[in-house]
Amino acid sequence: MNRSFLYGVVALAMMMFTGCGYNTIQQNDEAVKAAWGDVEASYQRRNDLVPNLVETVKAYAKHESETLQAVTEARAKVGTVQVSKDMIGNTQAMAQFQQAQSSMGGALSRLLLVAERYPDLKASQNFRDLQNQLEGTENRINVARTRYNKAVQTFNTSIRVFPNNLTNMFMLKLPQKEVFKAEAGAEKAPTVKF
Amino acid sequence: MKKAHSRNDGAARLWRRQVMRRLAVALLFCLMALAASGAYALEVPALKGRVNDYAGMMSADVRALLEKELQDLERSDSTQIVILTVDSLEGESLEGFSIKVAEIWKIGQKGKDNGAILLVSKGDRKTRIEVGRGLEGKLTDLTAGRIVQLVINPQFRRGDFDGGFSSGVRAMIDATRGEFKAEDSRSRAQKQGSSSSVLPFLIFGAIFLLVLGRISRILGGGAGVMGFGAIGYLLGFSLVTAILLAILGGLLGVFLPFLFGGPSRGGGFGPGGYFPGGGGFDSGGGGFGGGGGDFGGGGASGDW
Repeated sequence: MNRSFLYGVVALAMMMFTGCGYNTIQQNDEAVKAAWGDVEASYQRRNDLVPNLVETVKAYAKHESETLQAVTEARAKVGTVQVSKDMIGNTQAMAQFQQAQSSMGGALSRLLLVAERYPDLKASQNFRDLQNQLEGTENRINVARTRYNKAVQTFNTSIRVFPNNLTNMFMLKLPQKEVFKAEAGAEKAPTVKF
Repeated sequence: MKKAHSRNDGAARLWRRQVMRRLAVALLFCLMALAASGAYALEVPALKGRVNDYAGMMSADVRALLEKELQDLERSDSTQIVILTVDSLEGESLEGFSIKVAEIWKIGQKGKDNGAILLVSKGDRKTRIEVGRGLEGKLTDLTAGRIVQLVINPQFRRGDFDGGFSSGVRAMIDATRGEFKAEDSRSRAQKQGSSSSVLPFLIFGAIFLLVLGRISRILGGGAGVMGFGAIGYLLGFSLVTAILLAILGGLLGVFLPFLFGGPSRGGGFGPGGYFPGGGGFDSGGGGFGGGGGDFGGGGASGDW
């Protein structure tokens, strides 16, 4: 009887976990981590392209050393920002990461703007290929960020609604997660047509 | 008395009129918001087949030919490639619309993510190849970019849409061929079963019932009906499945205790209640549908 009582308690506890959102919160937490992995991977992909791009531009536009150096420096700075899964809940680390990546993006777009002035560079297949890869990567970053934000929204909602909030308060104690904020001027407002 | 009543009546009427007016204003706001959101969110068109030529850019011959080529590709490689042409993006960005189409159509097989979409906006003179995650190794951003810029767009510029589509699709097929092999449909159907998450519930539910059933047979049966029915309902099964589960739970609650330590009844009991996990969807037959492929934003775009 004693043993069956123990089974009963375990079974009851299991059922209570599902009822109070324990499993939902865990699943959403994992979903956020997976989405974050994509964000990280796509930023890393961009970082890996940079040395190639810098070399290619250098071959045609030697006088643009300032712009080139800005890109190299931005890349180095991105490298110093500690990236981990724990930083998802850390406002400060998140802001630092975003800031480093957005200055990287800024430096890159200035570099591409400079390239416009060099017809030989623009015409070279090597540069075009890199541009294709860079565009693809930027798009991936966009998609990954949007999906990450969606996953975070789901997670944050799931730890705030009743009764999940009690479960989280007393058992899991998971903090709210940070979303990516839109960069200033990065997104054009949609034009409204009536 | 009558006067007071009529005054009350007047006040009530005034109040009612005010409420109505407020309701009308609120409704108007809702309608305006709806109209505004509808104005710039270009809707994803329905997936009609492998070639979705909404802008009417292809001749009927080429459309039929491409449809057949893409069907052959799926039969041999399981890779799904579809074409979508639209008249205009209506102000939306090409990439944004493209990923929306990919997320809704889910081209490519589930798990393999081997889908690709060739999207053309006739009015904006833009072309994009959206590549599923599983094909990113073969149809890289670079390859996709070259197909768009060197194969498709030059022919579009000359006004040769038929040539652009057929050589572009052929280039896409060549790039992706051999990356995947088609499985026979039986093993694919097996993969779709989703009962793995149900199993722990059943086991723990059974143990729980065992305890209750030891105490009282009625208690066990009742708990079985309620518990299993509720689990079925919570897991999002259909009503029929939930009821079946409830009956199974009731039987378990009544009889399970006898299997363990009760008066021996032999091995005559076997859980006959078998339920498939959430109605299997078979995309065979005449219709065509996306297999559940995932996209991560890979691919390339170009103007012509």
